[in-house]
Amino acid sequence: MNQDSTKISLTNRSKVVSNKKMTLLERFYLPAIFKGMIITFSHFFKKEVTIQYPEEKRKFSDIYRGLHMLKLDDEGRERCTACGLCALSCPAEAITMIAAERKEDEKDLYREEKYAAVYEINMLRCIFCGDCESACPKEAIFLTDRLVPSEYKRDKFIYGKDVLVEKKNARVDVSKRQTPEVLEFKKDKTKLHNK
Amino acid sequence: MDIQFVLYKLILAVAILLLSLVIAMYATLFERKVAGFFQDRLGPNRAGTFGLLQPVADGVKLFFKEEFMPANADKVLYILGPSLTMLVALLASAVIPWGGTLIIGGHEFSMQVADVNIGVLYVFAVISIGVYGVMIGGWASNNKYALMGAVRAASQMISYELAMSMSIVTIVMTSGSLSLNDIVAQQHGMNWNVFTQPIGFVVFLICAFAETNRSPFDLPECETELIGGYHTEYSSMKLGFYLFSEYINIFISSAMISSLYFGGYNFPFMNDLGLSHNMVTILGTVALFAKISFFGFVFMWVRWTLPRFRYDQLMRFGWKGLMPWAMANMILTGFFHLLFKK
Repeated sequence: MNQDSTKISLTNRSKVVSNKKMTLLERFYLPAIFKGMIITFSHFFKKEVTIQYPEEKRKFSDIYRGLHMLKLDDEGRERCTACGLCALSCPAEAITMIAAERKEDEKDLYREEKYAAVYEINMLRCIFCGDCESACPKEAIFLTDRLVPSEYKRDKFIYGKDVLVEKKNARVDVSKRQTPEVLEFKKDKTKLHNK
Repeated sequence: MDIQFVLYKLILAVAILLLSLVIAMYATLFERKVAGFFQDRLGPNRAGTFGLLQPVADGVKLFFKEEFMPANADKVLYILGPSLTMLVALLASAVIPWGGTLIIGGHEFSMQVADVNIGVLYVFAVISIGVYGVMIGGWASNNKYALMGAVRAASQMISYELAMSMSIVTIVMTSGSLSLNDIVAQQHGMNWNVFTQPIGFVVFLICAFAETNRSPFDLPECETELIGGYHTEYSSMKLGFYLFSEYINIFISSAMISSLYFGGYNFPFMNDLGLSHNMVTILGTVALFAKISFFGFVFMWVRWTLPRFRYDQLMRFGWKGLMPWAMANMILTGFFHLLFKK
């Protein structure tokens, strides 16, 4: 088949391989070696790109998916009602919980009559996908930018409520992780969800 | 042969031995830092400020590794390999003139451990035995691939020894003596041999890279080609000896290059500054170490610039490239020496 001798290229970046014979000076290779050595030497004086962990840390994005957090509402009551949708949606089956009924004197601890007495996430199974955050109907669980520290035993990686629930005096702002539609919905204070 | 002489030489020998070991130790750190800076990153800097305790950490790590011997390995040869390499690397430092002479209390003390009048020949004999260390290591490992790596390493070292020796013969021709002390003494002031023997210098430098198994000639020990080459089956301090002796070889090669071509302990305006004899000697030793550091840096600089030679390219270069040049240099120098002898 007769191919057309003009070269067809999609971009203009392809370089045609040149099979020129080397000149005598080029065949010494020494000038080329010197040029290479000068290039390498110039890198000696450039700024290094190393980030010295743990003194310097790389900046995470606003929606970085790290350690989970069970949030409290504005009055300090736990939002989670142990409905189990996060456990159902988790692709790695990392979440387990045991529900309990709210007593009379616990009205300021929990929003609704059902709450999670035991809520455990196995951090070794978790793949930090954020499906639990998407599935939660009560806006109770969010992924924050904290990292899971290393441990020596596997049991230590099962995080319970003591680690996961947000502290009352150390609230975390998760508005950047929520879509604009959700933020609009939250402004409507007549809805029961937002009270 | 008084006791004072023997004592002085003993102290000098021990001092130079310790110095070579410490310098080789910090050369490992220097190489990693320099490699880092060439690659836009910092080298090791966690083990102490600027990583100064890193070689100590490496030594401790190597001591704690498991000492094993492969099944069916030759027991004597397995231990002999690294020991021989280390011995040979350290032996060569005995004849290098580290400085002029120190005059203390009326006696003249030379800064050279052994001023044999065949100094250059001694150094090359010692380097040639170094090939044995590699071969024995490869054979004693009872591993086909280690053996192949060792055979390649040995043939590489032997091929480049010829061109090296021929460029040395040229130096001996011009200076008229095999003694390293005489060769260095004749390069007084700025009368360095590199200005009269540039081709010889380039040939010697390239052969020094090949003799120390250093990039771009490091096929015998690179990890991508033969896993570890002749030191695949070694661990713990025996491996430590192989790796360490490579750095001692770099130090000795730099010292040889500085002594033969760059004037050793001579520096410009030596006699015109009006300093005392001892001061000139001390400054000369400092100048020598500056030159050695520079050449050590060049060794590392070239390592991180050039890609590795393939084995057949390496052999072709040694026999068909360097040896004719070294021979031509020798013939040309002989010619000029005969016609324009001073």
